[in-house]
Amino acid sequence: MPERSTIAIHVNGHTVVVPAGSVVSAALLAVGEPCRMAVSGEPRTAFCGMGICFECRAVIDGVAHQRTCQMLCREGMSVETQR
Amino acid sequence: MMRRTDVLVIGAGPAGIAAATAAAKHGCSTIVLDDNVAAGGQIWRGGIESARSKDDSAKTKAIATLRSSGAEILAGRQVVDQPAPGVLRAVITTADGTRAESFAWDRLILATGARERFLPFPGWTLPGVFGAGGLQALVKGGFSVEGKRVVVAGSGPLLLAVAAHLQEYGAKVVTIAEQAPLRQLLPFAASLLRSSSKKLLQGARYRALLARTPYSTGCWPVAAEGDVSVRAVRLTNGRRVWSEPCDLLACGFHLVPNTELAALLGCKLRDDFVEVNAQQQTSIGNVFCAGEPTGIAGLEAALVQGEIAGMVAAGAAQEASKLYSRRDSEKAFGRKLESAFRLRPELSSLAAPDTIVCRCEDVLFSQLQEHPSWTDAKLQTRCGMGPCQGRICGSAVQTLFNWRATSVRPPLFPVPLEVFDNEEISISPETIVH
Repeated sequence: MPERSTIAIHVNGHTVVVPAGSVVSAALLAVGEPCRMAVSGEPRTAFCGMGICFECRAVIDGVAHQRTCQMLCREGMSVETQR
Repeated sequence: MMRRTDVLVIGAGPAGIAAATAAAKHGCSTIVLDDNVAAGGQIWRGGIESARSKDDSAKTKAIATLRSSGAEILAGRQVVDQPAPGVLRAVITTADGTRAESFAWDRLILATGARERFLPFPGWTLPGVFGAGGLQALVKGGFSVEGKRVVVAGSGPLLLAVAAHLQEYGAKVVTIAEQAPLRQLLPFAASLLRSSSKKLLQGARYRALLARTPYSTGCWPVAAEGDVSVRAVRLTNGRRVWSEPCDLLACGFHLVPNTELAALLGCKLRDDFVEVNAQQQTSIGNVFCAGEPTGIAGLEAALVQGEIAGMVAAGAAQEASKLYSRRDSEKAFGRKLESAFRLRPELSSLAAPDTIVCRCEDVLFSQLQEHPSWTDAKLQTRCGMGPCQGRICGSAVQTLFNWRATSVRPPLFPVPLEVFDNEEISISPETIVH
């Protein structure tokens, strides 16, 4: 079976198609959705890009606090902004 | 699950790759653990290549050599604690959940690399503001910057590399703002010219790629502006302030070492770095350290230090000694880097009273000012007590207030409690993710 060149995931209920090999943070950035809402209510997106700052944590397939910059998109994955 | 290995290497960047390759080639069973999706570290991070980017042959060759050496690379592992002497525990998250794995080792090589130093300024928490290496990593992770106007700011040789890279991916790099003044950079530039190193070629390649991009020295960001995301960056050269419109800001102030694991194990640190002897041995006899945690000195230093550590760990100390002179000259390069990109004092006063310093807990600069130490500030404000455990605000408060981290406690990263079902572990309550 040939490798897929794109992957479809669901970000806050919207379907997003990204290149295979994309990290989840990149998909969130592509559609302008925040990864999480901060303590003060500010929207935050990926920042350090290398798994250190935890700004990119979001809810993946129902599991909270996942670092989306260190996680590859999987077909059908559900991603929600962490509130 | 517990596995046993002669040599355990933490980190699969250049230092860890070189260390593991050397140890495995000398007959040791060798396992490499890395937090990232794949081997390569940050400088050799893999991912989605642009049509314009060139294959990095050094990286391809190093990873291929590692694979053929017999060393086993386990990616996606975060090392969280030392459940018993000579054992490290890591966690891995897959589609099936998070689980723990333990590794018993005879010799340990720490190659945990560095992270960017971030300094707070008004607007630095806005969407569209990234670390410099941070944006580069996200672009490799599939974030498209095609046609986007990017300001690259901060400090260090990484800025040029990032700018060149972003341009290869179709970004329009508006300007590169290096905080170090020209007079501070000139001795460094002159030393590069005197050498015949790969660094000079790399620098020349970046400069050619960025021929039409302004590179301003003695220039630094004072604020990021925008409502929902960054629209402009206010830059200054100390005499005037101007606004540079952009879609993205990539900003990092050189690098700080990842020394949390070394500190947890009890390795002696000196001036924020892991102290090592000529054999890359730490204050703990069977624990070695290579690369940026011993001093920020770049790729070539990491490779040679890693090779020495791997050889010595495998009992080939005599052979390793042949590499000492090369290692020492790379170390000297590191010292030049340090003085060239020394931070200017103005950078410690960029934060306004209402600027967030601790991004995890949203602690403001004004809330921190009244405290005499980081411990006191932590207790009163929760600064540094969120999920990053002070990895970001720690280097910021060091620059702002000269505060230093006092202790490192397990787990080194937040871990869901169920991972430790049926296992005994002491966890400090503030680092558990609820």
